[in-house]
Amino acid sequence: MPDNVIETRHLAKSFETIEAVADLNLEVRRGEMFSLVGPDGAGKSTALRMLCGLVKPTGGSATVLGRDLVSGLRYIKQKVGYFSQQFTLYGDLSVDENIQFFAEIHDVPNFKARREELLQFTRLTPFRKRLAEQLSGGMKQKLALACTLVHTPEIILLDEPTTGVDPVSRRDFWVILSDLLKQGTTILLTTPYLDEAERSSRVGMINQGRLLVADTPKNIKNLMKGAVIEIVAPEIRRVRDIVRRVPGADVQMFGDRLNVVVPDLEPDSARIRGCLVEAGIDVTSWRVTPPSLENVFISLLEKGV
Amino acid sequence: MNTIEVLGLTKRFGRFTAVDDVTFNVARGEILGFLGANGAGKTTIIRMLCGLLSPSSGRATVGGFDVARQSEQVKRNIGYMSQKFSLYPDLTVMENLTFFGGVYGIPIPKLRERAAWALDMAGLHGREKSLTSELSGGWRQRLALGCAILHEPKIIFLDEPTSGVDPVSRRRFWELIDRLAEAGTTVFVTTHYLDEAEYCNHVMLIHAGRLIAGGSPQELKARTFKTPILEVRCDRLIDALAVLQEQPWALETAVFGDALHVRVEDEAGGTERIRTTLAGRGIAVERVGRIVPSLQDVFIDLVEHQTQKG
Repeated sequence: MPDNVIETRHLAKSFETIEAVADLNLEVRRGEMFSLVGPDGAGKSTALRMLCGLVKPTGGSATVLGRDLVSGLRYIKQKVGYFSQQFTLYGDLSVDENIQFFAEIHDVPNFKARREELLQFTRLTPFRKRLAEQLSGGMKQKLALACTLVHTPEIILLDEPTTGVDPVSRRDFWVILSDLLKQGTTILLTTPYLDEAERSSRVGMINQGRLLVADTPKNIKNLMKGAVIEIVAPEIRRVRDIVRRVPGADVQMFGDRLNVVVPDLEPDSARIRGCLVEAGIDVTSWRVTPPSLENVFISLLEKGV
Repeated sequence: MNTIEVLGLTKRFGRFTAVDDVTFNVARGEILGFLGANGAGKTTIIRMLCGLLSPSSGRATVGGFDVARQSEQVKRNIGYMSQKFSLYPDLTVMENLTFFGGVYGIPIPKLRERAAWALDMAGLHGREKSLTSELSGGWRQRLALGCAILHEPKIIFLDEPTSGVDPVSRRRFWELIDRLAEAGTTVFVTTHYLDEAEYCNHVMLIHAGRLIAGGSPQELKARTFKTPILEVRCDRLIDALAVLQEQPWALETAVFGDALHVRVEDEAGGTERIRTTLAGRGIAVERVGRIVPSLQDVFIDLVEHQTQKG
């Protein structure tokens, strides 16, 4: 019997004309990292905001750490940390002062020890006296995370924590999240970056307020029938246009390479190679790769479930 | 012919140098991609090139006009789409189009034609009366692009136009950009998505206000990688990362999705060492194989070197 720290039953939220979250049945287990991915407007942010009490559901119910979302909200807020793009750091306060401020809001006793831990954890100790507005984007994210963690929550809800942050800072941020997991914190996050979702314990794909699938990355990839061929070639757009015409080939563009999803590897490969040879195209690299979450996601969005 | 020429462009705010001696040119119909961390100086550069901010030193011309002395002419000839799309959420789709048309001084009959074109491009026919706030990311993004190019500018600046947008819409958006560039529009774009940088003719990497690398995607990859990169699929990814980072023969190790990319001196020796070292720590290895490096590999390599330089 899994230890669910979050459970939602037909959770729904409607704003006047929009059904932001329709019928959400989600379970998050203790100690896991659960990534919620989905197109914009799918309901991810709204779902998170309901779970931390910022927005009231219009239908269904949810429990967090066994307490009902509505009646147990006060308890839940003490145990949950929430981080969103709208997180406001005080620009004219230093790193130290920002953490102190949030510690005081959360009534954290003896915050100084906790602050040292957080600064070490996020590697911000050398910058502790710097004003928040003088920090780089990546460091601001880390400080915001530190403030979210000041009251040592059991669960953290992160709404697109790395959107707009450069790839190197994103990596650093993920190492920090991995460390948090080792300490036993449960993490529920939304992200548009599917390569990040790959590293989660489980992934939920949400579309139009409903969960399409929730499982380990491995199991989700197994849902996809067929194989993925990665083709690298010069004039890749021309290659894309040619391969698109091959029946059954689902062509996904990845910068300088194509990912072609085919139902039947042997005959489909042969057919594609044939078309390319006929067009006089010399391929730089051709390899069969396991499907990535992004491949699955694109297929799901384009073709439906 | 160069539509954008930049020479020694510099911007200081007090003692802080946001943009430091940047030089580059962009030819007509080219797509130039600007990569770099937030705070590296990308937006400051765009604002100077749009005539919104004057340089501290150096010069730039956009469409033949000097950004410092002829900023009004510059503004008339460009389109600009900012991060988070600069649309009015409480106006309808049509009201936003009409508003921007007015701002660009497009006469009414021409505006009707251009608005129809924009609706077509964005796939928003039938949704003219929808409130912009009700549109989700991909739709809003295409509407914002439409609004930015109503006046058919020859040069457009797109500041992280695909930020947070789903993968299908992102690709659709880039097909639009391709078509514009093929028709002769010069596109200057900033992005964090390195696969998107591959669609650019030239890519510039900016770090702490300086240009640390520039060239076509092909050139950047050839220059940076004299030695092979191996993709490693294994158990316990983060542990494997830590183990390999300790090895002097693993020149660089980074996580890429659900695999590791390791740069080594030679393929055969590297493969052997990876298998042996990970097996020695009880980490099961599924496969090790050479891959064609992508710009993400280049980017991480270049920025790591910069960071080490201090």
